[in-house]
Amino acid sequence: MSQTLFEKIWARHVVETLPDGTALLYIDRHLVHEVTSPQAFEGLRLAGRRVRRPDLTFATMDHNVPTDDRQVIRDPISAAQIEALARNCREFGITLYDLHSDRQGIVHIIGPELGLTLPGTTVVCGDSHTSTHGAFGTLAFGIGTSEVEHVLATQCLPQRRPKTFKVEFANRPKHPVSAKDLILKLIGTIGTAGGTGYVLEYAGEAIRALSMEGRMTICNMSIEAGARAGLVAPDETTFQYLAARPRPFAPQGAVFDQAVASWKRLSSEPDAQFDRSLTIDAAQVAPQVTWGTNPGMVVDVTGRVPEPGSVPGYGRADVEQALAYMGLTPGTPMTSVKVDTVFIGSCTNARIEDLRIAAGVLKGRKVAPGVRVLVVPGSQQVRAQAEAERLDAVFQEAGCDWRQSGCSMCLGMNPDQLKPGERCASTSNRNFEGRQGKGGRTHLVSPEMAAAAAVAGHFVDVRTWAAN
Amino acid sequence: MDAFRSHRGTLATLNRANVDTDQIIPKQFLKSIARTGFGPHLFHDWRYRADGSPNPEFPLNAERYRGASILVARNNFGCGSSREHAVWAVLQDGFRVVLAPWEERGGVRVPAFADIFRSNAGKNALLTVELSAPEIEEIFQLVDRFPGLEATVDLDHQRVTVHLPEEVSFHFEIEPAVKERLIHGLDDIGLTLKRDAAIAAFEARHDPQLARATTR
Repeated sequence: MSQTLFEKIWARHVVETLPDGTALLYIDRHLVHEVTSPQAFEGLRLAGRRVRRPDLTFATMDHNVPTDDRQVIRDPISAAQIEALARNCREFGITLYDLHSDRQGIVHIIGPELGLTLPGTTVVCGDSHTSTHGAFGTLAFGIGTSEVEHVLATQCLPQRRPKTFKVEFANRPKHPVSAKDLILKLIGTIGTAGGTGYVLEYAGEAIRALSMEGRMTICNMSIEAGARAGLVAPDETTFQYLAARPRPFAPQGAVFDQAVASWKRLSSEPDAQFDRSLTIDAAQVAPQVTWGTNPGMVVDVTGRVPEPGSVPGYGRADVEQALAYMGLTPGTPMTSVKVDTVFIGSCTNARIEDLRIAAGVLKGRKVAPGVRVLVVPGSQQVRAQAEAERLDAVFQEAGCDWRQSGCSMCLGMNPDQLKPGERCASTSNRNFEGRQGKGGRTHLVSPEMAAAAAVAGHFVDVRTWAAN
Repeated sequence: MDAFRSHRGTLATLNRANVDTDQIIPKQFLKSIARTGFGPHLFHDWRYRADGSPNPEFPLNAERYRGASILVARNNFGCGSSREHAVWAVLQDGFRVVLAPWEERGGVRVPAFADIFRSNAGKNALLTVELSAPEIEEIFQLVDRFPGLEATVDLDHQRVTVHLPEEVSFHFEIEPAVKERLIHGLDDIGLTLKRDAAIAAFEARHDPQLARATTR
């Protein structure tokens, strides 16, 4: 039978099918960070178990790290967690990119940079945004701490086979509508549980036209639609990205050429069957802004804050609770919603292309009075590249705060947080209550939209700027 | 892992859809390197006021739910972050079971629980039970009418029984593999380690860099 991309990767990784019908799946790369791993390492110690494949396990610290002075971690509990990861990596022989490393960064940004993320492989991490790596045609999904321990001990995971869901983005989005708008549109269409139990495969002209950065943005937010993994079939864009820079763990030379030949077979057969499919016309997608407390609560920037009872998939009470938390009145145009803070960062939108786009909007402009703007590169490599291109100067001249790399205000485990009632235009992935700080109000947008909001002090339809 | 066979306890309802793991256990509690101590922080930002006192408007703080051990929730419970701390918090605050409804939207079945939460729950003997939306609605209404209402969740027979003068029962489905592990309290990692020969044989023929059969 004709296989989907997912089925091809799955079949290559089934060690055996267990008597209960689940598959024992082999894991090619295990990425580890400080928050979801300490209890897993402790579990190994208590059971007297070792790490089966330290050579396939790679760690960094990203969630807790300060983005100003990273050598002084003032929060002693954060410092203890960071130190625990360093200790565990030493004890179990795992490669660690720590705060002194020029390779440190958000785990989902450094995986592709290092060449750890490769087509056709399996990648897991104790982090739901592991779906990011699917942009390379990699089966990548987030796991809990018990599963982290399981992979450390066995390099395998017993898994029930998920269903397949093809999402086709037909036609091309109209500039400056971006990958972030496409994925928010999908989540708004199918809901935050619409992809639960499925692996999404993104296809269509819009996906083919996207850069790797854009594909990573889309796959990253698969989990916000409930899907543990998202996939894009690798193509010339993928191969060029992998070849463009020195990536220490990617194949080199003749092996790389051989790899490309085999990667070219990694696509769904034209007549392969998916359990579900959906087509969205990318040319019709407008810039998106969330108004509520989950990523499915989203409208076009030209839209208004909705009336309770008028939002498909959400009950009246859901919308009322969300609007009360967000401090928004039904009927308000999104473009008149004012922001206090702008966050440009996270595993969704802190790669070099995202920073170039934001800098393009901010160049020669000034941040609106009273608006705080944090620009947090996703990795030290992204930071260095941005500085080589003088983007840091563009941000600073506009009045933004240029930071060190980390997860930062996406979830505020470090000191970068919103205060109660503060409203933020954020390029991150979750607008949950309190996500960026207790009482903080998050609106998810693209880097273009975030940068424009920083200048205007409120949301603007960035398409009207691009026309000028 | 602890086993789960049957549990009788008080029902408590949480009338919100899409409860995410950031609400179940906020980020500031994820800095712990221990597996315990999360119970008091379950639903922290809803449960407590700014001064740290219990928020009287949060339903689970009601006297009638004191000691409750079966949580009745709405669709898509546990969405968002993969943090297993969310499951630990639910368990450590005294809950053994979460009931939630699957829903049908546009001809598609939307599961009751987010995927990673459900998986994490299974590893910790927190039973997640999926019922239909009308069944969960009926339980919500019964809990409303009868303070202190108890139920028995029987995994062997895949049955939730609400203890009214006349008992009301609901059948539920569960993956056989998950049921087996829960009933026997099996150690997942131990089971996989028994497959060591198969894993080693796979590793001998698999190149993890290129995820293909090795030519050696």
